[in-house]
Amino acid sequence: MRMILVLVAFAVAWIPGLSRVDAETPEEKGLRIATEARERQKGFGNFTANMIMVLRNKRGEESTREVRIKVIEVENDGDRTIFVFDRPRDVKGTAFLVHAHKEEADDQWLYLPALKRVKRISSSYQSGSFMGSEFSYEYMGASEIEKYTYRHLGDEPCGDLVCDVIERFPTQEDSGYSRQVLWIDSAEQRTVKIEYYDRRESHLKTLLVDSYNLYLDQFWRAGRMAMTNHLTGKSTDLNWSEYAFGTDLDLNDFTQTALKRTR
Amino acid sequence: MITVLRDNGNMTGSTAHRAKDVAISAIPAILAVFIATPSLAETFVEVFTRLSAETRIYPDSAAHPGQRSHASGLTGETTIYVEDDEGRSITVTPFYRYDAVDRERTHADLRDAYLLVYGEAGDGEWELRLGFDRVFWGVTESRSLVDIVNQTALTGSPGDETKLGQPMAHVTLSGEAGVFEAFAMTWHRPRTLPGRKGRLRGGMIVNNDGVSYESGAEEWHVDLAGRYSNSFGPFDVGLSVFDGTSRDPTLLPTLKGLVPHYEQIRQFGLDAQYTSGPWLLKLEAIHRSGARNNRFDPANGRFEEEDYAAFVTGAEYTIWSLWDTDADLSLIAEWNRDDRGRWATNAFENDLLLAARIGLNDEMSTEFFISVFSSLEDDSKVVSGEFKRRLDDNWFMSIEGTAYADVATSDILYDVRRDSFIGLNLDYSF
Repeated sequence: MRMILVLVAFAVAWIPGLSRVDAETPEEKGLRIATEARERQKGFGNFTANMIMVLRNKRGEESTREVRIKVIEVENDGDRTIFVFDRPRDVKGTAFLVHAHKEEADDQWLYLPALKRVKRISSSYQSGSFMGSEFSYEYMGASEIEKYTYRHLGDEPCGDLVCDVIERFPTQEDSGYSRQVLWIDSAEQRTVKIEYYDRRESHLKTLLVDSYNLYLDQFWRAGRMAMTNHLTGKSTDLNWSEYAFGTDLDLNDFTQTALKRTR
Repeated sequence: MITVLRDNGNMTGSTAHRAKDVAISAIPAILAVFIATPSLAETFVEVFTRLSAETRIYPDSAAHPGQRSHASGLTGETTIYVEDDEGRSITVTPFYRYDAVDRERTHADLRDAYLLVYGEAGDGEWELRLGFDRVFWGVTESRSLVDIVNQTALTGSPGDETKLGQPMAHVTLSGEAGVFEAFAMTWHRPRTLPGRKGRLRGGMIVNNDGVSYESGAEEWHVDLAGRYSNSFGPFDVGLSVFDGTSRDPTLLPTLKGLVPHYEQIRQFGLDAQYTSGPWLLKLEAIHRSGARNNRFDPANGRFEEEDYAAFVTGAEYTIWSLWDTDADLSLIAEWNRDDRGRWATNAFENDLLLAARIGLNDEMSTEFFISVFSSLEDDSKVVSGEFKRRLDDNWFMSIEGTAYADVATSDILYDVRRDSFIGLNLDYSF
């Protein structure tokens, strides 16, 4: 009898879900949810999309950026991305290539069409503004799990859904943020809100994400992202359209040679 | 943009009128080839145009007779890009520049007129570009030392790196082992150089119709080049070789006056950059044989042939989020050296560049750039500043100024010592 109890105890301990929930610290839970959310986005292969950014200053004046984006997944490495700028017209044809890495700094090259020149640029400062918008380079790249540590803060209702609230801390010193708080819906692991805190612990920015669409019955992609800077009163809306998955892009389309012929 | 004279060829000059005519007549020919291509079913067409106006004032009285105290020009360029459903494309960019003062700076060109095809080759790929194209090699700010495929175009600004289109066949093979490129070029483009009324030239006007070549094939000599490039983590490295007609003219005194002469040269080049954190470390180096130096030998009435090596090396350091704003500050220091010393054919025999760039990273992409180029041989200095800002979705402006200070009589810049200027450029793109 005692033997059976011991065996049952063992068996229970080995049921992954049960034992993990019991032993899971807020840090482990945060990491688990972030990892699950990231895993759900994996396996897309490649995609292309268009984005229109509307930048608004505190007087409400608007300016627009139009960018086309191509992304490919790389086995055991970060994604590779090409951004092609269409507007404003002075940067028309400028293209930006990112080879993201899981732990070390990303590699980045910029193609300047007027001189047909490819420039390797530093990727260290990820908090820099992307095209003068409220979005940073850090945000534009895929956020690799390894670049943060996590902590689960609790559950909160978010709209009709329930969200896990997770805090994440950048592991790279040169991030402009000390921490970020994410609201991730528990049903589909979609990020619906992020709050950004700067090094002085002031609430710098808030990102709201909505208009999600499901592609290939598997991948949720946001239609709209709205970032507000609480310090300056500026905001940027990022509107996504024309998502296309399973294109004929391959790794050869994400090289410096390919960057020079990108349109 | 550094505003320094590239070399003595830039200060005196000619326009290749024959080049204009051939360039213009090539446009319909290339369009005809494309229209005849059968696979036009699913094509992607894009047209992009940029118009620019510039005006420039030279406050100092001229050093040479005939030179004017102002300059202004209008430039137009349209790129037509057509791609079929298999990724094959044709790019055509006719260019025209009208100069209100210096007739020699007025020129038409085919910046691009090429067919581009590519495909898989093992795990990597091949690419072929055929036609007028522009190719850039190099990493440094001071000058483009290694860059050699294209001829420099004469525009309003001496620091402008604008290039003339060069007819070529350009094959690229890329893969895990790196990028291998081979170039075959013909129809040499003589440099377009300032005329009598223009500033930033030498004391003597060059007879543009007197262009001469060392090669019996003249401008039809087939020039060959190769390049290997690769990235090794933070290192980007390029090795290149060029064998053919020099892009830099030697100005020869002849019975027809001063004429541009182009030698057959061979150049080996190295360009490298190390990118880590806020640091960019850069190096460009060349070894060139077959070119003439700047030492005139009165006995046989010509400049001496001298093999030489030259390099430019330096660093760029960036401070992000300056004073807790979105602005970046980049500090640049580069050392230029040419082992011909005072017989070098350019102003880079032993010179130091110190520069700072501030980018505000605002929605107007406001940028300030200031640089001091100083000779380590004498007191000559070139101080330049530039301010750039977007005005709206289509308009972009820049203001630039250059001052030549304490230019020594022995310095190659002595001819342009009174050509300090301030200029305004406006671009409209659509």
